[in-house]
Amino acid sequence: MATVLFYILGFIIVIATFLAVTRRNPVHAVIYLVNSFFALALLFYLLGAPLVAAWEVIVYAGAIMVLFLFIIMMLELAPATEETRIGPTWAQWLPVLLLALALVACTLMLIGLDGSVSQGVPNWYATPRDFGFTLFGKYALAVEVVSFQLLFAAVGAFYLGKQDAPQQKTGKEGS
Amino acid sequence: MIVPLGHVLFLSTILFVLGFGCVLARRNLIMVLIGVEIMLNAVGLTLVGASAFWQQLDGQIMVIFLMAVTSAEVSISLAMVVYLNRRKGTVDVRAFDEMSG
Repeated sequence: MATVLFYILGFIIVIATFLAVTRRNPVHAVIYLVNSFFALALLFYLLGAPLVAAWEVIVYAGAIMVLFLFIIMMLELAPATEETRIGPTWAQWLPVLLLALALVACTLMLIGLDGSVSQGVPNWYATPRDFGFTLFGKYALAVEVVSFQLLFAAVGAFYLGKQDAPQQKTGKEGS
Repeated sequence: MIVPLGHVLFLSTILFVLGFGCVLARRNLIMVLIGVEIMLNAVGLTLVGASAFWQQLDGQIMVIFLMAVTSAEVSISLAMVVYLNRRKGTVDVRAFDEMSG
């Protein structure tokens, strides 16, 4: 049963990703991509990685995609032709509605499997306890390096986003 | 393992090709970054699949590092999108094809 669920989820992922990369409006692409990431999180759970599945939803679908949406809306990159309409048309939001309903159905199927005896639970999976011990024991140095990298990224983003640096003004006049 | 490893690799290959095509074909800078995201997710699926196949934790830990690298990459590149948009007033990649500009 979990095997069938794997193929259904894989189909949903491919459809949602294909729709995401072919959209003209970046906001629609981000919405389809959130669908794809939710399906990928369920797939991670089926493959025995519940913690990674949770982080996939929190970090990718939650933080990174919202950052994309924020930048798109800040720079007003979405095409403005739909402003005259009240909202998106049926043809625009029916596919994403169907994908979301399929995802909810898959989730309910997974929960139903969990209730019965060890059908939906993968026979091998990483408990958060083992995960934490390995992450902060064997890979402690890598955690430090990655935390430094995140700090540098924050500093770099702050530097790039600074409004009125003098060298940016000269570059603008030169181009 | 619920499915053979080859099927997981096939799915992640499809995802990677979709993301790669998005990076190559799209001209919007935001869509290029979305393609990079899709490719990174395909790599994450490969790592989790390998982790489930050999029943070792290391693949999943690599995915966590991949997520950290991705969030750093996204913050830098989106800041760069804002910066480039401020300089040239567009996010079309064809406007940024020179190095000294």
